[in-house]
This record gives sequence, C-alpha cells and structure tokens, in this order.
Amino acid sequence: MDSDLAAADRQPENHPLRTVKPERFQALKKYWDLYLIMLPGLAYFIIFKYVPMGGIIVAFQDFSAFAGIRGSEWVGLAHFKNMFTDSEFYTVFKNTLLISLYKLIWGFPGPIILALMLNEVRHMLYKRGVQTLVYLPHFLSWVIIGGILVNVLSPATGIVNQFLGMLGLEPIFFLGSQEWFRTVLVVSDIWKEAGWGAIIYLAALASIDPQIYEAAVVDGASKWKQLIHVTLPSLIGTIVILFVLRLGSVLDVGFEQIFVLYNPLVYNVADVIETYVYRTGITQGQFSFTTAVGLFKSVISLILVVLANKAARKLGQDSLW
Amino acid sequence: MRLTRGEHLASRLNYLALGFIALLALLPFLHIVAQSFSSHQAITSGRVTLWPVDFSFEAYVKVLREQAFMNAFKVSLLRTVIGTLLNVVITSMLAYPLSKAYIKGRSAIMFLIVFTMLFNGGMIPTFLVVKATGLLNSFWVYIIPGAVSAFNVIIMKNFFQGVPPELEESAKIDGSSNIGTLVRIVVPLSMPVIATITLFHAVGHWNAFFDTVLYVTDRNLFPLQVYLRELIMFNQSNISNNNGYSANIDSTLLALESLKAAALIASTVPILIVYPFLQKHFVKGIMLGSVKG
Repeated sequence: MDSDLAAADRQPENHPLRTVKPERFQALKKYWDLYLIMLPGLAYFIIFKYVPMGGIIVAFQDFSAFAGIRGSEWVGLAHFKNMFTDSEFYTVFKNTLLISLYKLIWGFPGPIILALMLNEVRHMLYKRGVQTLVYLPHFLSWVIIGGILVNVLSPATGIVNQFLGMLGLEPIFFLGSQEWFRTVLVVSDIWKEAGWGAIIYLAALASIDPQIYEAAVVDGASKWKQLIHVTLPSLIGTIVILFVLRLGSVLDVGFEQIFVLYNPLVYNVADVIETYVYRTGITQGQFSFTTAVGLFKSVISLILVVLANKAARKLGQDSLW
Repeated sequence: MRLTRGEHLASRLNYLALGFIALLALLPFLHIVAQSFSSHQAITSGRVTLWPVDFSFEAYVKVLREQAFMNAFKVSLLRTVIGTLLNVVITSMLAYPLSKAYIKGRSAIMFLIVFTMLFNGGMIPTFLVVKATGLLNSFWVYIIPGAVSAFNVIIMKNFFQGVPPELEESAKIDGSSNIGTLVRIVVPLSMPVIATITLFHAVGHWNAFFDTVLYVTDRNLFPLQVYLRELIMFNQSNISNNNGYSANIDSTLLALESLKAAALIASTVPILIVYPFLQKHFVKGIMLGSVKG
C-alpha cells in the first residue's frame, strides 16, 4: 500500500505533460490557486496550534491577565519545583497512571476477543445485528453515557442495584464510592468502545487468505488448532502495533469520561492530570502553575509516542509516520 | 466444512455469548427508554426495569415544551451543520494541494501538521489564545478553534493521492482550472473519504461539550450536551449531598427522573436516526484511517 501511494505521488512529475523546467517560481505561478486554498487551513494550524505552543512560556512566568505575556514576571522553573513538591500533584499523577493501566489491562484484549468471536459467526444477518448493537455506544457522548450510568447505577432506583437487591446484597453507591469509581470508569469505557475497537481487528481477520485455512483443514487441523496456528499469528502484527501505540498515549486517560462522572466524593481516586489542570487552571485562575503541569504531561507524552513508534518500527510493523 | 461435536458446541456457545454481549450494549438504553415513559412514582419505587410502568408521554411533553431544551437543541443542530460543513471544506482545501508532488514545500507543511498530533500547547495556553481572539462566549468558538483535524488531513491527502492523475490531466487539457478539477473531478471521486470525515466531524460536533465548559458562560449558547449534563449533575450532586440514598429526597427532584430520561433519549434520537445510513461508511472510514501517511 505504501509503495503504491509513493508511486502515485511521483507520477505527476514524470508525466509527459509536465516538461521539466527547473524554474524556481514556476510552480507558484502555475498553481497559485492551489497555494491560495491552503491558506485557511494553514492559518488555523498556526493560530490555534503553534501560537499556543509559544504560549507555553507562561509556565516560566507568574502570568497575570492584566500584564499579559510580555508584562508578566519571569520565575524560571519555580512552578516546576512547586509541582514536584506538591502532594496533590503526586496523587493526580498516580491516578492518571493507574486508571490508564487498568484500562489497558482490561480494555485492550476486549476488542480482540470480540473480533475473534464475531469472525466465527457464519450467519451473516446475526453477525451484522450484533455488530450494529456493539458499535452503537461509540457514537454517544460521554454526557449521555454518564447520564445513563448515573441512572443505571443509582443506589435507590438503578437497575444494577435492583439486581443486587434480588441477590440479597446491599446497594452500592458506585459513583460516590472510592473503591468502585475506577471500576466504573474501566467497565464503562469497555462498554462504550470495545465494539468500535473490534472493527480494525475484523478487517485484519478478513484479509487472511482463505487458502491458508483450506490447507490447515487438509492437514487435519481442528477449529481450535486453526485459531492457534492460523488466525492468531495473522493477527499478531495488528495487535502489537495497536498495543505499542496505546502505550504511547498512556497519559491520555479519557478526560471527558472522568469529567462527566466524577464528583468531590471521589476526587481522591479520580482526579487525573487533565481534570486537575482544568480545575485549578481555568476555574481557579492559576494559569502559570497549571501550564507547567500541562507541559510536563505533553513532554512525557511526546517522548512516549516517539518511543512507541520506534518500537513499532523495530518490530517490523507499520508505524505512525 | 464438517465440524466435530465439540466444535458444534463451541459455535453455539459463541452465538449465545455474542447475543448476550449485544444485549448488554442494548439494555441500558431500554432501561432509560422504559423510565422515560414511566411515572415518577414507579421509577422511585424501583419498579421500572426494562418495561414502562404507568405508561405516559408526560416527560416528553415537558421536555419538548422546555424552552432551554429546545434552545440547546437548536444550538447543537446549528453547530453540527455549520461546523461540519466548514470542517470538510477547509480540510479538503488543505489536503488537495498537499497530495500533489508539484506543490513545493508540501513535506515541510505535512511535518508541521503531523507534529501538532504529537505535541500541543495544552489547555491553558490554548485557552489564552482563544480568549485573545475574542471568541469567548461567541457561537464561533464552537466552529473555529476545531476547524481542522490533523488526522483527517492525513486521511484525505492519502485518498486524494489515490485518484488517477490521468483523469486530472485530461480535465486540464479540456481547459479546467486547478480548482475546477478539484471540484468537478476529484471531489466526486472521493465521496467515500468525504462521507467518512463528514460523519466523524458531525458526531464530534453533536457530542461536544467540553469547549462550552471551557469557553462559554452564556446560557443561550449552551448546546444539548451541556444542558443534559446540568440536568444529570444537578440530580447527582443533590443525591450525594443527601448523604447517599436516604429516604428524604425531595419530590421535585424525583420529578426530574423521568424528565432526565426523556431528555437523554430525545438527544440520542438524531444519532439513532442517521446511524443505520452511516454504518457502511464508518467501517470503511476506520480502514481509511489505518492507511499510513
């Protein structure tokens, strides 16, 4: 695929219609309209992506809205020193890593298993029906899922606690309980995204050459042996690259989900870097300190993504770039 | 293919398990639908599970009469239509030139775009920029700061590169301008990728709520998701203040239970309506997305 695209890329240059005239501004003259239509998009990236990168310098200042970036006082690394001596920061950092890790351990295998199960279904109508239902939650916002969760998990009226009641168990206030909150995060994340995540594995499964299965059957392989010796080895490349890339974004825990679901009762276990930055930065106006915290996260994320991509390449897989 | 008895059994179990999983995806919705058609008393006494009790449309009538709900619905709809249109147009306008080898500097531009996927200024500096542009508390704050997605530019650029150059050359021989070729030849050939990106952006706009939380305090500009969040959180914080689920929850709050359910359903319906039409596209879209730059 890659080489195809590269070939398509080069083609216009070699095309007989474009005679080689190595004049510097020729392209600009001939395709000025194409340069022009790029401008809105480019302006967007400059203003809303690159200017904020410059705005990172407020992390090294005592930013005041009155003085602005130019007038605010420089404090060097003071905010970073504060950050590393702040116990709240450690809690938040720990929460971020833990929630991310739990989601990885429990959530990563879900789509793979689901795809393998769906792949065994021969009845097309049934397969499509199941797929339609499991993709659906992906399209709903976390606000709506949050609303459904508050409702379904409500200690007094929720269906889950009604069920627990039938089993003779005490009701649990899931969203207000420090023990249960992270479980709710992980399970609801799987519920929302596992079906969607299965699509890419299903595509990988669909691209396995059926002749390999035929050969395996001729060799007397049972369904189970086919799974172990044909299906899984064909899938392993996709699994590895998705896993590695997932490791790269380990600090992105799912801000909207937590923001919708958490409340003061569970800040202790639920507050992650981004919710913390929002709360102390935007709502309490500590712009400089929280920019420092945000920068810390961005830098670690950048390093992780670059490493993850290197690892994916080393493993002989396609990489992100 | 002949199966052994064990394989038959495994296959049956697989069908059953998948049915169960599909049901798990569906049950919470059914529960909410049932609540939205039930009376307050039935919900609070815990009698509503998957079937309405004391069936009534009352909650829906109330929700649809609610000025704030209808206003929020309008904001969401406007935002989705205008925002998506602009997303797709600007993304195509940026991606098409980048798909052409004869555009100088395109790999440098691509690098600058991809880099924004790896590193960003973060929430606070972005907030300060949005504030400086004067977009706070304006409808356009929903449209402009999210106008282009780097990821979609890559997807689209890759798709455009797959359009046979011969078609574009022949259009040019027939006297078509560069942009005329884009509009009349390339865009019609690229409908799969355009449909996909339209879908992703539209769902994103419909579901977005965080930019409101960050940038907007004017209640007239609140979209549906923020309206819902207030409705839901209002209830929840009251419950937690009441020290859990004690008996003395006041009845006006409980009146909200079915209202809340009805509002949730009413905001989900637009997605449910378009969902069946879009399903075939998004599977393709994920595949397009996995094509590497």
